[in-house]
Amino acid sequence: MSALSTLAKPSTRKATQARTRLRASARYAPTLATVGLFLAMFAVGSGLYPSFLSGQVFLNLFIDNTFLIVLAVGMTFVILTGGIDLSVGAVVALSMMVAATLLQQGWNPAAVIVLVLVIGSGLGFLMGLVIQYFDIQPFIVTLAGMFLARGLCYVISLESIPVTEGFFTGMAQAQIPLPGELFISPGVVLALLIVAAAFFVLHHTRFGRTVYAIGGNEHSAMLMGLPVKGTKILVYALSGLCSAIAGILFSFYSLSGYSLAAQGMELDAIAAVVIGGTLLTGGTGYVLGSVVGVLVLGIVQTFIAYDGTLSSWWTKIVIGGLLLVFILLQRLFARKTA
Amino acid sequence: MNEIVPVVEMTGIAIGFPGVKALDGVDFRLFQGEVHALMGENGAGKSTLIKALTGVYTIDSGTITVLGERKSFTTPAESQAAGISTVYQEVNLCPNLTVEENIMLGREPRRGGKTGRGSIDWKAVRSRTREVLAGLHLDHVEPNSLLASHSIAVQQLIAIARSVEINAKVLILDEPTSSLDAEEVAQLFRVIRELRDKGVAILFVSHFLEQVYEISDRMTVLRNGKLVGEYMTRELSRMSLISKMIGKDMEALAELDNGPAKERTAADASAMPFIEAVGLGRKGSVSGIDLAINPGEVVGLAGLLGAGRTEIARLFFGADKADEGHLKVKGIQEKIRSPRTAIDKRIAFCSEDRKQEGLIGDLSVRDNLILAMQASKGWMRRVPRRVQDELVTEYIEALDIRPANPDALIKNLSGGNQQKVLLARWLVTEPGLLILDEPTRGIDIGAKTQIQKLVNQLAAKGMSILFISSELEEVLRVSDRIAIIKDREKLAEIHNNGVSVEDVMSVIAGGTQ
Repeated sequence: MSALSTLAKPSTRKATQARTRLRASARYAPTLATVGLFLAMFAVGSGLYPSFLSGQVFLNLFIDNTFLIVLAVGMTFVILTGGIDLSVGAVVALSMMVAATLLQQGWNPAAVIVLVLVIGSGLGFLMGLVIQYFDIQPFIVTLAGMFLARGLCYVISLESIPVTEGFFTGMAQAQIPLPGELFISPGVVLALLIVAAAFFVLHHTRFGRTVYAIGGNEHSAMLMGLPVKGTKILVYALSGLCSAIAGILFSFYSLSGYSLAAQGMELDAIAAVVIGGTLLTGGTGYVLGSVVGVLVLGIVQTFIAYDGTLSSWWTKIVIGGLLLVFILLQRLFARKTA
Repeated sequence: MNEIVPVVEMTGIAIGFPGVKALDGVDFRLFQGEVHALMGENGAGKSTLIKALTGVYTIDSGTITVLGERKSFTTPAESQAAGISTVYQEVNLCPNLTVEENIMLGREPRRGGKTGRGSIDWKAVRSRTREVLAGLHLDHVEPNSLLASHSIAVQQLIAIARSVEINAKVLILDEPTSSLDAEEVAQLFRVIRELRDKGVAILFVSHFLEQVYEISDRMTVLRNGKLVGEYMTRELSRMSLISKMIGKDMEALAELDNGPAKERTAADASAMPFIEAVGLGRKGSVSGIDLAINPGEVVGLAGLLGAGRTEIARLFFGADKADEGHLKVKGIQEKIRSPRTAIDKRIAFCSEDRKQEGLIGDLSVRDNLILAMQASKGWMRRVPRRVQDELVTEYIEALDIRPANPDALIKNLSGGNQQKVLLARWLVTEPGLLILDEPTRGIDIGAKTQIQKLVNQLAAKGMSILFISSELEEVLRVSDRIAIIKDREKLAEIHNNGVSVEDVMSVIAGGTQ
């Protein structure tokens, strides 16, 4: 062994490896805690309500939250870099308004979808540019983006615009049967594909690893010669794209465009990401965790629906409580691993 | 050494920031297979020169040639592409990622052939990391362990591993040893020597003179953003290096008279010290400091900038927490955890940087002066206006603060008068120990003499004073005893009876005492 080996305090390689494994499991701990919480809630629900324990109840969590899953994916990228995107809810509403209006005027649904995606990612790209080149906090820039997008909704129409176009109504009703008399919607398939793609990008491409590096220490990432500027801008463009896709999915779900839709959805997305184990300071977290975070939010709503006597505002109260617990948990984990 | 073509040649480099000329026409050469030390006091322009070479700052004028090719770097990525790699003092890696990622980030092998733009080949990343780590005797470091789980010393070596992986021609080490212990330094030096023997050109920056003499072959000295010269390490004595760094030659230093003799007799040596440090230290800061200050005594800290003078002051005041040794106040061991407890024990600290740490520019002379006293009384008990007025008038008169207007805004006062207000602020609290860190920096000669006189008067009244200044003559003029600080340790302590600047310098240089 070389003289340098004295640098490692415990001398044997085995000890180091065991410690590494321990560290590795500590890395997944917040996300695993979320999975545990979800399973526990499902078990409690099944105990209280006989019909709770069914595959379809589980699948409905996906069907009812496709748009939130997609939003949470985009938000995960942003939060991993240490940023925040408050505009996503408003961009969802804007996407729905644009789609509903253009469809009403007889546009081809494919063209409408493409245009909506371009608007969403374009808005995100612009916000990213402002954040990067004027060095302004993402909080302020995306807050401005939120007001802009919401304002544009009102400019288009104050009334709710119904969607009657064939492709959209078709998608709203379409079901993909699964064995055991279960079914999912096409939106779920799309959302899961996006999750898979995001996972691949984050863990198997240089772009994804740069996202993590920026969240770990932006200055270091710059000094290491990583493309920090481009990555940060692209992350907001991605979040904008995800918001637009979520807008289309929400249109499939609600078959209308309404300027007051998706109010506060950005906060649901942030809550899902944080509950899913991603640190708000950036650099740590998993996109799969965010999906579980969405499912936890979904199951809270399902609980309240099953109970029937509780006001739906209890959803917010429970989510608030969970958020607090998870942030405190993360703090504890961060202290232990530091 | 053969005067072959330098790997890096910088000529006439100038960089300016608003109001400051950080570098002014500096030339610098770095050859293959040498360890080259960049020397100078804090603010001499070492970091700026490094940042010019690494593309963090863009140069205003001058040329940079790397391997015979003219370069103009505007980003760190461009500099790295040219084969220049830097390991910074504060280890600029990502603590949230694994060791292998930190080494390979941005250059991970990808699937799909050499030009492949496919997904990252994690297996190849792992094996390449193991190779690089083994080359640096870091076999025991698991590639998939988190960077944050390793000590600073290992993290620094991992940062070097990253440079090795890049196949860097030039390796810049900026204060790499400042948070390492002696053993870790030895191991780092072994790696540096091995890399040098492989032909890497190494630029080494350190405040530790002895380390520079141990590792470097050649050195370039900067002062105030200007080039002083380039020397072979073995041909330059420590004495002449120091005089080049601080810009005064020996004869001139020796000729400086000791100024007005002290107007009082030295304090009674048998008295109980007001404060005593026993083996006081802090990892990454200073270590093993023993220092006692008697009532009515002025102890000066002498040493080069960056030697650890301010760090000692901060430990005394609780601004940094000591992790070894302890402090005794009037013979009783005390835990000074924060400035708040220090103030309770009647310790006052006039900081080096009065604009940043001390004064609040938009408040009046009166408010700034009352601040520390108010803080020590607690916020609930307001100092009555009448008492405020009395105190303020008294101190404005005693210290000759101009303008003699209690309601003048601090930011409109001259530097010397600001310094007096800061002093008065602490004097109001009637401290037992007054720590003065560079109290005369940037103020005119008249105010300087006034402050020096005041120090004498205060000591005569029985106050203990710890006096820090980069001007050795000044330290000699006011101090009863002088503690000499070098490389973050107390080197010696001498009684100031006819000691000359040259005597102190030769102690710092490690010559005869």
